[in-house]
Amino acid sequence: MTESTETLIEIKNLTFSRGSRKIFDDITLSIPKGKITAIMGPSGSGKTTLLKLIAGQLKPDSGKVTVEGLNVHQLSRKKIYQLRRKMGMLFQSGALLTDLNVFDNVAFPLREHTKLPEEMLEALVLMKLQAVGLRGAKHLMPSELSGGMSRRVALARGIALDPEMIFYDEPFVGQDPITKGVLVKLIKTLNDSLDLTSVMVSHDVDEVMMIADYICVVSEGKLIAQGTKEEMLKESTGYVNQFIKGLPDGPVPFHFPTVSYVEDLTSSNKSSLL
Amino acid sequence: MSLLVNKVQNLLQSLGKGFLSNVEAFGRGSLFMWSLLLAIPSVFFRFDLLLKQIYVAGVLSLPIILMAGLFIGMVLSLQGYTILVKFSAEEAVGTMTALSLLREIGPVVGGLLFAGRAGSALTAEIGLMRSTEQISALEMMAVDPLKFVYAPRFLAMIIALPLLVLIFNALGVFGGYLVSVSWLGVDSGAFWSQMSSEVDWREDVVNGMIKSVAFGFLIAIVALFQGVNAIPTSEGVSNATTRTVVHASLGILGLDFVLTSVMFT
Amino acid sequence: MKKQTKVEIWVGAFVLMSLMALVYIAFQVSNFSGLKDKPTYEVSALFDNIGGLKKRASLKMSGVVIGRITAIEIDPVSFKARVHMQIDQAFNELPMDSSVSILTSGLLGDQYVGLDPGGDEEVLEQGSEIEMTQSAMVLEELIGQFLVKFSESD
Repeated sequence: MTESTETLIEIKNLTFSRGSRKIFDDITLSIPKGKITAIMGPSGSGKTTLLKLIAGQLKPDSGKVTVEGLNVHQLSRKKIYQLRRKMGMLFQSGALLTDLNVFDNVAFPLREHTKLPEEMLEALVLMKLQAVGLRGAKHLMPSELSGGMSRRVALARGIALDPEMIFYDEPFVGQDPITKGVLVKLIKTLNDSLDLTSVMVSHDVDEVMMIADYICVVSEGKLIAQGTKEEMLKESTGYVNQFIKGLPDGPVPFHFPTVSYVEDLTSSNKSSLL
Repeated sequence: MSLLVNKVQNLLQSLGKGFLSNVEAFGRGSLFMWSLLLAIPSVFFRFDLLLKQIYVAGVLSLPIILMAGLFIGMVLSLQGYTILVKFSAEEAVGTMTALSLLREIGPVVGGLLFAGRAGSALTAEIGLMRSTEQISALEMMAVDPLKFVYAPRFLAMIIALPLLVLIFNALGVFGGYLVSVSWLGVDSGAFWSQMSSEVDWREDVVNGMIKSVAFGFLIAIVALFQGVNAIPTSEGVSNATTRTVVHASLGILGLDFVLTSVMFT
Repeated sequence: MKKQTKVEIWVGAFVLMSLMALVYIAFQVSNFSGLKDKPTYEVSALFDNIGGLKKRASLKMSGVVIGRITAIEIDPVSFKARVHMQIDQAFNELPMDSSVSILTSGLLGDQYVGLDPGGDEEVLEQGSEIEMTQSAMVLEELIGQFLVKFSESD
């Protein structure tokens, strides 16, 4: 990091594999407090896994993750749950509880963790719903919401306990341009007005470029680049350039690796077929 | 020669692999059961969750249990009557119906229906909650799914099945009464007096109830375990649901034999 | 919160239904009101032949159930059948010289033990043995006797 900001989350030499597949190989990165950091990479590069590792839902093979100076994977179950109260997470599908309506979904973390009187709870929930613009939808069930709306409800639920950090798992994927615009605005305003630290996992370059302060690019289990948005944009060669500009060919080749085309055409078993 | 050695080696290998993976599944199952049992006390602080799950597992299974109980009681006494009437012992039809219901058919058929109705629904629900990331979301909201989702459902199933079996048995006996007394003309006094002199509270009723508690426990464990370990895709969840019904049903029949041989010999 | 009350009402109805079923099974179907939890005392008797008598059969006096057979075994000394029975403590003044016999309810019905009270001052108590017993009537023996008498009278 070039600026001297306080680091909230630090990942050191993290290695994680699923079966024989290595998803992360010796990754080290840090996430500054109060900013929006985007972790970018192609589909299937395990970005969601990274969020789960930070939140302690998964255990790494080696390396460590520290949040606010606490090593997440050495905490007791109770301590992890205490730490998670300071975290909000927006899942790809929204992950609303399907048997509760919008109001009860947002009220859920408050009801579970606080003993607020019902009137105060209602005021708080309506405030959060107002922030995402869905106060009018409080009686709807999750099945009656569109994808974008359930993400906004999930966002209201994520900030219900006034967390210090919030994680977004692919917030823009599969949304129409208007919804994307709404989500971009929401993430930005929430981050600034609530003094949050936001970590966003995404491969939607345009939206990320609009709001992210810092960007980390991950590919094939390795951290390829990290820096401010401006530094990333200046990059004119290599993988980062290809990824950010969306070029079809580059360090990631257009063709799936195989023998050369000429060799394939003239190979013996092909000619015997003819 | 070497081909034979190879074959034997392969056979041994697959045998060993199968054995190890079974041992592993058993170990994971036991660990899961243990953590569930440890989480049960927390349910008593969340009575609302337990009530909701008793509603889902018990009340929603009521229609099928009511219908099945009535019809099975009617069929049992109809069949019993046609056999007993040859020995002029048709008064014993009530005894026969009540004993077979209380000892075997109530817990077993009730358990099988419960596994199909509530067990499969539970597996599907947990599987879907996992595939839609609801379980992960709960963890992120610092709510322990073990205490909030699994333990209440587990306890509710163990409570609901014995209650359902009681209702099943009562309706079965009533169905038997309808057929043999109202339809076939067995003397109502003989029907009831033979029954109550032959059916023993401790030996028949309580043992049957113990069976149903054991079956409830079995179904709950199987359904939860399958739901938690389902591959979170629609195919994975549907496979897990099928497995729940198959494993729980076979488990009930096997466990029934063991319990019967311990209780009634 | 309205949903929660609906759930509560249904679960309440469900539990009530199963309690009713339990009461029905206990008092109408089974012998819950019988002798199970009342205090009892145990006596035994030796029989030459118990016929088809089984454990849990009833012990009756003048047709009224006063106890149950708890165990049947072979006495290792006399090689006769020893029948243990529990008698309700309410009937604790049965004379020592009462006699027991194995009877059948109806022609093909179950066998039970019938008790005929005697006239002794001493009463039966825990562990007493009833001396006077009459074995079960075995149908084959009965028919055999009948045939012998029939041919004799010829």
